[in-house]
Amino acid sequence: MSNEIKPFENPGLPEHAHRKSDVDAIAANRAERQVAILFLLSAVGTIGTIASYIFIDSKKFIFLPILGDTNAQQLALGTGLAASLFFIGIAAVHWAKTLMPDNEVIAERHEFRSSDADREDFVATVKERAGAAGLGRRSLIKRSMGVALGLIGLSPLVLLRDLGPLPKNEFATTNWAAGVRLVTDPGNRPIKPSDLEIGAVAQVLPALPEGTERTLENIGKDAVLLIRIRPEEFNLDAQRLSWTHNGIIAFSKICSHMGCAVALYEQQTKHLLCPCHQSTFDVTRAAKVIFGPAARPLPQLALTLDADGYLVAKQGFTEPVGPSFWERNSA
Amino acid sequence: MKTSERVAGNVAGYIDDRTGAAGWAKKNLTKVFPDHWSFMLGEIALYSFIILLLSGTFLTFWFDPSQQEVIYNGSYAPLSHVSMSASYASTLHISFDVRGGLLMRQIHHWAALIFMAAIVVHLLRVFFTGAFRKPREANWLIGIGLLTLGIVEGFLGYSLPDDLLSGTGIRIAEAIIQAFPVVGSYLSYFAFGGAFPGHVFIPRIYIVHVLLLPGIFLALITVHLMLVWYQKHTQYPGPGRTEKNVVGYPLMPVYMAKAGGFFFIVFGVTAFLGAVASINPIWLYGPYTPGQISAGSQPDWYMGWLDGLVRMAPPLETHAFGHTISWNILIPGLILPGILFTGMALYPFIESWISGDNREHHLLDRPRNVPNRTALGAMSLSFMIIALANGGNDVIATHFHLTINGIMWFTRFGLIIVPPIVFVITKRICLSLQRADREIVLHGRETGRLVMTPSGEFLEVHEELTPEKKWTLTQHEQPAALAAPTEDAHGTRPRGGLKGKIRARMSAANAEQVPAPTSIEARELEGGHH
Repeated sequence: MSNEIKPFENPGLPEHAHRKSDVDAIAANRAERQVAILFLLSAVGTIGTIASYIFIDSKKFIFLPILGDTNAQQLALGTGLAASLFFIGIAAVHWAKTLMPDNEVIAERHEFRSSDADREDFVATVKERAGAAGLGRRSLIKRSMGVALGLIGLSPLVLLRDLGPLPKNEFATTNWAAGVRLVTDPGNRPIKPSDLEIGAVAQVLPALPEGTERTLENIGKDAVLLIRIRPEEFNLDAQRLSWTHNGIIAFSKICSHMGCAVALYEQQTKHLLCPCHQSTFDVTRAAKVIFGPAARPLPQLALTLDADGYLVAKQGFTEPVGPSFWERNSA
Repeated sequence: MKTSERVAGNVAGYIDDRTGAAGWAKKNLTKVFPDHWSFMLGEIALYSFIILLLSGTFLTFWFDPSQQEVIYNGSYAPLSHVSMSASYASTLHISFDVRGGLLMRQIHHWAALIFMAAIVVHLLRVFFTGAFRKPREANWLIGIGLLTLGIVEGFLGYSLPDDLLSGTGIRIAEAIIQAFPVVGSYLSYFAFGGAFPGHVFIPRIYIVHVLLLPGIFLALITVHLMLVWYQKHTQYPGPGRTEKNVVGYPLMPVYMAKAGGFFFIVFGVTAFLGAVASINPIWLYGPYTPGQISAGSQPDWYMGWLDGLVRMAPPLETHAFGHTISWNILIPGLILPGILFTGMALYPFIESWISGDNREHHLLDRPRNVPNRTALGAMSLSFMIIALANGGNDVIATHFHLTINGIMWFTRFGLIIVPPIVFVITKRICLSLQRADREIVLHGRETGRLVMTPSGEFLEVHEELTPEKKWTLTQHEQPAALAAPTEDAHGTRPRGGLKGKIRARMSAANAEQVPAPTSIEARELEGGHH
C-alpha cells in the first residue's frame, strides 16, 4: 500500500516572521554596533597575541588552578589567537542573523535523469563510439591490452624491492648465545645472583663484544626480564627448572603477541602483564598465558653461571622471540 | 550608488571580461542551501582539515623527520644529555624553544581529534537520515574513503614524534604487518628498511603524512563538495519542502557569512583548546626504545575500537606445516575491520536492493520512520562503543576500581550479545515514536489543562496541531514490502528463488511500520469524540 496520495496537504512555506531588526531601525542600529564590537574584540585578541609574543618571557611558567604549571607565553598566545579568530566568526554569524535578509528562498530541483529521447541518444552514441573502437570485434587487441595493463602494475612493485633487505632468518635470531653474560640496562654491568633479592625484577641485555654498539634493533629482540622468586614457588618441568638458577628466571621481554615490552610485574601474584593488550603470563609456570590475546608463552632464556660467578645464558633462545610471523615453525 | 556597490560591480565586471562567467556565477552566488544544525557537522570536518593544513605547515618548519641518534641539549632539563632520535628532539624543540610551537602542536593534535569526530558524527547524520540514497551513493563512498584515510593519517601523525607511546604504536603496527600470511616478514622488512625500528620508517611515513595523504584528501574533499554543490543539498521534510525543491538561504551573502564565520568559530575553539588543554605531552613519555613502555598505553580515540578488538581477541594461533598464522591479530586487526568497512561502503546498494527503491531522494528521513535502518545503525554503533570501551579497559579498570579481566570478559560477550539487543530495542522505540506521532496527529497535543464538564466529568483539553506540524509528521512514504517470488502453476521455482526469498524476508522487516494517519481518519475522528 504505497501511500502515493499524502494524507494531509503540504501547507507550503510558513509566512515569514519579521525580526526586530527588520522593522525597527533602532534595533538594526543596535545589531550593527554589536557586530562592530565583536569585530573589535577580535582586533584586541590579535594585538594581545602580538604583545604576548614580544613582552612575555618564553621560559616563564605560572601555576593556574586546574591547568597546573603552564607556560605563560604559550597560554597568552593561544587565548589571544583564539579570541581573534572566535570573535570574527561570531561577528559574521551575528551579522548574517540580524541584518542580512532572512527570507527563505525556494529553488527548483530537477530529476537528474535526462529526457528519454536525450538518454536514448546518449546510450546510442556510447554504443556507437565504443563500437567504433572495435574492441568487441578485435579480440586479439582486447586480450593483448589486458595482458599489458595487467602487467604494468608489476614494475612499481619490483621497483619498490629496494625498500629494505630480505628478512632471511633475522626474525628468529638474537644476540643471546651460550656463555653470553647478562648485563644491566641501563649500566651495562654484569650481574651476580646475589645482586638480586627475592621479589626483584630487572631488565637485562646480552653483553656485546667490545666495540659493538647496541642498537634499538638489538634491544627490540634482546631485551630480557630477570625475575627472582623463591625456588620452591616454581611449577616447572625438569628441563625448564634447569634453565633457572636459584630462583632466578629469565624471559624475553618482547611480548609474544604484538611485541610490546612486557613491563608490568605483579610481585604478589608473580604475573607479568603487557600494558598494550593485557596479555598476562604466569612466571611460576614458564610464562604460560593465563589471560589476554597472546597465544604463546614468553620464550624462556636458559641461565647458568660462568667461571667468575656472573649470570650467563646457557644457550640462545630455543624459539624466535616477539610476535608471530609466517615462517615461524614452533608452537 | 554607494562606493562599496561600485567596487563590487567593478570586480564582477573584471572577472566576467576575462572568463565570461556571468551566467554561471550569478546562478551559483544565489544558490540556495537548506539550514539545519546537523548540516554543520560536515563543515566542522572541512574546517578542521584547513586548520590541520595551516598548523601542520607551521610544524614542518622545525620538525626534523629523522631517526638519527642525537644528544638532546635543549631547554627541557629532565631530558638533557639523553640520547634520542632527531624527530623526538625536534618535537621537544618545537614544544619548548619555539614561541607558540607547543600551542601549534596542541592545535594540530586537537584539530585532528575534532576532524575525526566530525567525520564520524557527520557520517552518522548521513546514515540515519538516509542522505546516502540515490543519487548520492558516490559521495557516501568518498566519505567512507575519507574516514578510512583519516584514521591512517591520524595514526601516522601521532607516530612522527617517536616518543615512547607512539613508538609502541608503531611496534604494534609492525606486528600486524608481520602477521600477514606468506609475505608478512618481507612486508615488514621492506616497510622498516630492515629490522624494527630501523632508521627509515619515520622519514617515510612523514612524506606520506604531509604530502601523499593530504593530497589525496584535498582531491577527495574537492570532489565531495562539488557533488554536494552539483546535486544540491538534501533537506529535512517540512512545510513547503518537496522532492522537487530546495528551501533555504542564498549563498551570497547569508551563507558566505554564516559558513565563513563558522570556520573562524571552529578555528577559535580549536585554538582555545590548544591554549589551555594539554594533549600528547611527549616530554613526559621519553624517547622510544623497544625495551620500555608506559603503563596505560592508549592510541588516539579513533584507533581505540581497533585496539579494543585486538585486546579482546581470544588467543588463537594456527601452527601447521612449519608455519604460523596469528588469528589473534588477523581477525581483530584486519578481517573484522575489513568486513565492517566494506559493509558500510556497500550499505546504500544493499538497502536499495532490499527495498527495490531506485528513485531519487532529496528529502531526508526522520530516523524513526525507517526503523530497520535506524536499528541497524544503533546496533553497529553499540558494537563500536563496546570495542572502544575495551580499548581503554586498563584506564577504566584503574579509574573505577574494576578488574581488567572482568571488563575483558564483559566486552567479549557484550560484543556479541549487546548489538542484537540494541537492534530490537531501537526498532521498538522507533515504532513507538511512530505510534506517538500518529496519536498526536489524530488526537492533538495534550495541553495538561483539565476541564470539568457540567455533568462532573473531567476531560483533558487536546490542542489540534498546526497544518505545518501535521504535514511534517505524516509526509513520509510507507513503501510496502516486496513480494517473494512464487512458484508458477506448474510448480517450477522462479530463477534466483533463494535470493528472492531472502530479499522478501529482509524487505518485509524493512517495511515494518505503524501506518501514518490519513486525513480521512482524522475527519472520522473529528466527527466522533472531542
